[in-house]
Amino acid sequence: MLHGYLPQLLAGAWLTLQLATNALMVGLVLTVLGALALNARNRFLHYGAFSLTTLIRGLPELLVLFTVYFGTEILLYKLFNQPVEISNFWAGVLALGIIFGAYGAQVFQQALYTIPRGQQEAATALGLTKWQCYKSIILPQAWRHALPSLGNLTLILIKDTALVSLIGLTDLMSRAQAAASQTQKPFTFYFAVAIIYLVLTAIVELGLHKAERHANRHLRKTP
Amino acid sequence: MINWLLIYYPELLAGIFTTLQLMLGSLVVGFIVALLFACLHHTGKKFFTVPINVFVFFIRSTPLLVQLFLIYYGAAQFSLIRDSFLWPLLKEPFICALIGLGINSAAYTTVVLKSAMQAIPRGEIEAAKALGLSPIAILKHIILPRTFIIIWPSYTNEMVLILKATALASTITLLDIMGVTRQLIAKTYDTLTGLLVAGLLYVILTLLIVGICHWVSRRFKRVGW
Repeated sequence: MLHGYLPQLLAGAWLTLQLATNALMVGLVLTVLGALALNARNRFLHYGAFSLTTLIRGLPELLVLFTVYFGTEILLYKLFNQPVEISNFWAGVLALGIIFGAYGAQVFQQALYTIPRGQQEAATALGLTKWQCYKSIILPQAWRHALPSLGNLTLILIKDTALVSLIGLTDLMSRAQAAASQTQKPFTFYFAVAIIYLVLTAIVELGLHKAERHANRHLRKTP
Repeated sequence: MINWLLIYYPELLAGIFTTLQLMLGSLVVGFIVALLFACLHHTGKKFFTVPINVFVFFIRSTPLLVQLFLIYYGAAQFSLIRDSFLWPLLKEPFICALIGLGINSAAYTTVVLKSAMQAIPRGEIEAAKALGLSPIAILKHIILPRTFIIIWPSYTNEMVLILKATALASTITLLDIMGVTRQLIAKTYDTLTGLLVAGLLYVILTLLIVGICHWVSRRFKRVGW
C-alpha cells in the first residue's frame, strides 16, 4: 500500500501525535497561568497578559513557530556567546503551546467569570486558602464552561502540527514530502496525509464529546 | 529595525500587496461558494446536504498546509490536468493559494452561514409565506439580510484567520509578507529583525481589519438593521 511508504507515514504520524500531546500539556499550563494573570488585580500583570495574548493571536502561526525556533537560538547565542542548538521538537512544542495558550487564556478567563463571586467569598469564610479555593472550587467548575472552546483549540492545535515540517522535523508532513518526491506521486501521499489527519481529529473529537458528557453528567436527567 | 524598513520597503510593500490581494480574493471566492452551499443546505434535501457536510468535514479536519500542497503539488500528478487548458492557471502559485484558501474559507463560512440561517425565527418565514412571497423573494428580503447581521462578528474572525492563513502561501513559493521576509532573511541572515518586522506588519493589518469591521457593525446599527 502507498508504494511501501505506509510504515514511514505512520512513524511520522506517531511523531505528530507526540508533538501534539506535549504541546497540549504546555498549552493547558499556559492557559491556566494566562487566565489567572488576566484576572489578576495587579495592573502590570493584567495588561501584560492581555497585550501578550492579543499580540500572539494577531500573528500567523508560521511566524510564531519561526520566531520561537530561530529566536531562542539567537537569544541563547547572545546570552552564552556560543552557538547553542535547540531541538526543533521542543521548539515546535513550545510554539504550538504558546499559540494554544494565547487563545486558551482568554477563553478560560471568560469561564472563570461564570463562577459566582459568592463561592470564593464562602471559601474564604470557611478558612480555605486562595490556592485551595482555586484548586478545589473554581477550577473544576470553570473547566466545564471552557471545555467546548478548549476542545476546538485542541483540534486547531492538531492541524497546526503540520507546520513543524517547515522547521525540519520529520513529522507526517515531511515524510509525505520525501515520499512524494521519490515516487513522483504527490497527490497520493498528500491525500494520505489528509486522511490520517482526518482520522486523528475525528478520534480527538470523539474523545472531547465523551469528556463534555462526563463534565456535564450532573446536569443529565436520570430516567 | 528602522534600517530594515528603510532598505527593504519596496519588497515589503509588494509583499503586503500580495497578502492583501490573496486575502480579499479568497474571502470573496469563499463567501460566494459558502453562500451557495448554505442556501442549498437550507433546502434540506439530502442530495445537497450530504455532499456539503462531507466537504465541510473534510476541509475542517485537515490542515490548510496539506490542502495547499494537494492543490499546488498534487495536481501535477494527473496527466489529465496537466494536458488540460487549466494547467497554465494551476501552475501559478497565486492561483493555487487562492483556490486553497478560498475553499478553506468556504467551508468555515458555510458553517457560520448555516447556523445563522437556522437562527432566524420560523415565524418570520411563515409570515412571509402567508403573505405570498416566493421562496426566492423570502431568501432575498428576509433570510439573507438577517443572516448577514448575525454572521458579521464571526465573519470578522474569519477575515483575521484568513489573513493569518495567507502566511502559509509562502510555502508554495508565493512572495507575500512571509515569503518576502524569508527571502530577505536568507539574504541578510538577520533573522530576528526580519521576523519582528513581519510580525509588526501582520499585527497592524489585523488591527486594521478588526477596526474596519467594528466601524461597519456600528454603521449597521445606525441604519437600523
